[in-house]
Amino acid sequence: MSDLIEIEDLSVTFRAHGRAVHAVEGVSLRVPAKASFGLVGESGSGKSTILRAICGLAPISSGAIRIGGEKLKSPRDKAFAARVQMVFQDPYASLHPRHTIDRTLSEPLAIHGIGDTDARVMRALTDVGLPTAFRFRYPHQLSGGQRQRVAIARALMLEPEILLLDEPTSALDASVQAEVLNLLNRLRAERGLTFLMVSHDLAVIDHMCDRVLVMQNGRAVEELAREDLSHARMTTAYAQSLFAASADRMLDPAGKDAR
Amino acid sequence: MSLLQIENLRVTFATETGPVEAVRGVSFSLGRERLGIVGESGSGKTITGRSVLRLIRPPGRIEADRMEFDGIDLLKASEKQMRALRGPRLAMVMQDPKYSLNPVMRIGAQLTEGLLRRDRISRAEARKKAIAALEAVQIRDPERVMEAWPHELSGGMGQRVMIAMMLIPEPDLLIADEPTSALDVTVQAEVLSILDGLVKSRGMGLIFISHDLRLVARFCDRVLVMYRGKIVEELAAHELMAAKHPYTQGLLNCLPRIGGPRAPLPGLDRTGAWANV
Repeated sequence: MSDLIEIEDLSVTFRAHGRAVHAVEGVSLRVPAKASFGLVGESGSGKSTILRAICGLAPISSGAIRIGGEKLKSPRDKAFAARVQMVFQDPYASLHPRHTIDRTLSEPLAIHGIGDTDARVMRALTDVGLPTAFRFRYPHQLSGGQRQRVAIARALMLEPEILLLDEPTSALDASVQAEVLNLLNRLRAERGLTFLMVSHDLAVIDHMCDRVLVMQNGRAVEELAREDLSHARMTTAYAQSLFAASADRMLDPAGKDAR
Repeated sequence: MSLLQIENLRVTFATETGPVEAVRGVSFSLGRERLGIVGESGSGKTITGRSVLRLIRPPGRIEADRMEFDGIDLLKASEKQMRALRGPRLAMVMQDPKYSLNPVMRIGAQLTEGLLRRDRISRAEARKKAIAALEAVQIRDPERVMEAWPHELSGGMGQRVMIAMMLIPEPDLLIADEPTSALDVTVQAEVLSILDGLVKSRGMGLIFISHDLRLVARFCDRVLVMYRGKIVEELAAHELMAAKHPYTQGLLNCLPRIGGPRAPLPGLDRTGAWANV
């Protein structure tokens, strides 16, 4: 049986000032259906670029991406949008400032010709734990955590199988991060979603994902199962340094001695 | 002797719906040490930092029983005196390089502007100092960065440029407002060790503002926890895990941990009596 997301030897190259920038070089990964896969690494390591390449927002120079065994069409079609949706890092930038929440949430339905808009919008708000009274508010009337909930609701409007999460909580406070992570986990359990999640926070990835790929300078460094991560059984020096630098180690009695 | 003394600081903003108190009676003193201020967004930590430099614009108002920096009364100082303090003696690294760097000035020009205008040193010397400052914050290719525009830098690079800029005049007190929130953990560790080195080698005082409790605990000597404009708890950093206040405990508990359980993370319970201070 093939995996839901298959990425094979993917490379993404940008041209800037006549110079080629290799953002992603020869990365392969496979995510089975209903699994949660994490990408971790420093900024510029190409982790977000992989998500963008899946959505057709970054130029693929070689390699292949398959979703459910099928090659992706360029440009991505409506059927792709119905299957794969993305939640971006910055909820202050990813919602249209002049559209009400209602318009933001009903737009995907209008594009895909799905009726029953009213009920679906109300249900989407309830599902992400927002009061339905928020429906006709504008993004500037919401807090960062509430906006990210709206962004998640929008991504779920078309009932996709796959959610691509690009640092969904890095712009949020710790207490709000906890709420959003709990929400994502609940939705995944309820709807059998597949997550491909990017974060620079190993503790977040560990909490959310079954497997994690450590990236550096556009290349895959090491793929780890969750148990190996928590027991620090990484084999490469880079993954170890990432683990050691994780602020989370502070709270760990064992980590404290290591300081 | 302490470098900075603040007693009963209050910052009020007049709004259409009446005055809003962003900071409500904050007192602390700082020696040549690393003091952390933590809290959620809206807790008043940034406003506290900005008040020290008197960078609160009307309709915001700063009031305090006492606010002294190295014997200078910051409440009574004239605007001209404040301008002389800002930079050479008191410096602040702002949170977001995207908004704090001048978008239409090359990095080199921004770094040397103060040196050329304030210190009136030669262009070549200013350039040398700027490059040394960039090297000090571990920028690998300082010559290229000097010629770059802010939009050509990543968030982490921009953040380091801002730290370099603040360190050039060698201030006595540095207020760093989320200086590493745009950085990756590995770069974060580097930047913190740079700041740490400066505190130790030059006896600089540091106020480190962050929402990341773990980071603050790891890096600072003392931690103030702020909630709704008040200090709810003061702790030695190594005692953080023994925090008594339910707000501090809540902030600690809601963080995911490597190897932690997969159960839903405990949210912050705001129903306790403490929440209505």
